[in-house]
Amino acid sequence: MDFIFSKRAKITFSILMLIGVIAMIFGFMNDQTDHHNRFWANIFINGFFFFAISLGALFFLALQYATEASYMVVVKRVIEGTSQFIYIGAAILIVFFLAGTFHWHHIYHWMDPEVYNPDSDHYDAIIAGKAAYLNQPFFWIRTLAYLGVWCYFAYLFRKRSLMEDELGGTKTHFKNITSAAIFLVFFAFTSSTASWDWIMSIDTHWFSTLFGWYVFSGIWVSAMIFLVLVTIYLKGKGFLPAVNKSHIHDLGKWMFAISFLWSYLWFSQFELIWYSNIPEEVTYYITRIEHFKWLFFGIFFMNFVFPMVILMARDAKRTIGYLIVVGLIIFVGHWFDVYLMVVPGTLGELHFGFMEIGMFLGFLGLFLYVVFNAFTKAPMMVKNHPYLEESKHLHI
Amino acid sequence: MADKVIYATYDDDTVLLEGAKKLVAKGVHIRDVFSPFPIHGIDPVIGVKQTRLAICAFIYGLIGLSLALVGMYYFMIVDWPMNIGGKPNDFFYQNIPAFIPITFEFTVLLAAHGMALTYFLRNWTLPGVEARNPYPYTTDDKFVMEIHPADNHVTVDELSQMLNETGSILIEER
Repeated sequence: MDFIFSKRAKITFSILMLIGVIAMIFGFMNDQTDHHNRFWANIFINGFFFFAISLGALFFLALQYATEASYMVVVKRVIEGTSQFIYIGAAILIVFFLAGTFHWHHIYHWMDPEVYNPDSDHYDAIIAGKAAYLNQPFFWIRTLAYLGVWCYFAYLFRKRSLMEDELGGTKTHFKNITSAAIFLVFFAFTSSTASWDWIMSIDTHWFSTLFGWYVFSGIWVSAMIFLVLVTIYLKGKGFLPAVNKSHIHDLGKWMFAISFLWSYLWFSQFELIWYSNIPEEVTYYITRIEHFKWLFFGIFFMNFVFPMVILMARDAKRTIGYLIVVGLIIFVGHWFDVYLMVVPGTLGELHFGFMEIGMFLGFLGLFLYVVFNAFTKAPMMVKNHPYLEESKHLHI
Repeated sequence: MADKVIYATYDDDTVLLEGAKKLVAKGVHIRDVFSPFPIHGIDPVIGVKQTRLAICAFIYGLIGLSLALVGMYYFMIVDWPMNIGGKPNDFFYQNIPAFIPITFEFTVLLAAHGMALTYFLRNWTLPGVEARNPYPYTTDDKFVMEIHPADNHVTVDELSQMLNETGSILIEER
């Protein structure tokens, strides 16, 4: 069945984007912070958050291929469509990094060449010690490599999926397994390094070996939340007749399980640094606890306790109402998680107002518009996938 | 005839499942099914209620959680406050991150052991207890359905007839 992008949805998303544009313009003009850092921080928070959702969807798709899982075949087009935002997300990130290179913002303190100059007043011995890794040419090589390869795989899986509809047989299926395995190995490595380069380097002096996994679990859980919500929406509109309660249950289980993974890694990072109490490590948490105390701990409890208490029972994961309520709460929660990765290191204290809300809504509108547009490009149900029949009869 | 029991043996789980569906549709009450592995989808057919083991596990977990927290509070804050790495130990909340790993482990420990013990007790499959299995080959490759004619108000012959139609390879009366 083909997806019809309703006029109402189009108008809604366009209004959201308009709000975003207004928020950007007014935010930029009223931004009193140095180098409009607040504005650029918001570009990065939203750009990364929505890019991460499509990246997480791409990862989840590759996971389905590599494990030859059958249960998600009927929602494969939903996962694929979500991953198609990755090109625009990557473009937004590149614009943001370019702005850093041209010193339009100072989110990345280490991009200033003065900190590497021993004669300068701004010389920073710690950052200069990291120069072998943290220098602009190498940063750009890495960034372009991550984005290029990820986008290539998103393009490849999409092309193969459409090809499979035409050709049939199992050839595409086996090719996908190999490609997915290669992607997963690449992603396992680069999801960590990308989070160091893009996010951890904001707090240049600070480091945490666990940071990559923490960011990755955030990426994954955001993607799962979005997939649950959008699947429920599409099923409610009647575009996914083959999806039954068991598929929703399985998606709900993922949302539940990865919330635990995220909470586990969030807490592990906090616990180890709290326990060892080494000055160069605790600074990260001191900033967050001094200026963002309620938000910081509140987000953790929200993202951990809501899924745990509400979604633990089997029936809750099969009830659409519970999934929507919990999903929406932790969706916002994980946006704030990204907010708390970026803002304390760039602005130092809480800035939250019309600009933050407006830009979040604007990017949400853009994201949904692109994803829904991708849904219209292909039939919502795959044809000729070897496990399609098995997936239709999923029963748990 | 009240203590008569009919055992129908099958050599395939799908045949048994389909047979059970037909029998239940005719109003026959199936007391139990013995099989070497869980048969997917048999529970609702023969009217086995959803397990309450999960609720037990949750309660055991809660007990573990509270016991661990109360224990830590007493040992580390009230009875003998210890200075470990200069961490403040005057109040419970100041030290709570240090207690989380133990709390987590104790919750899992109690939930897992409680669940296993409850399962064994409820099934009465404790060590040394004699197995209540009518046919040892149901632990290998056969599947057996247990029907009590007393539940059903039909004669043994009628029941045998019905079971034959479902593809049972052996029908025995004990």
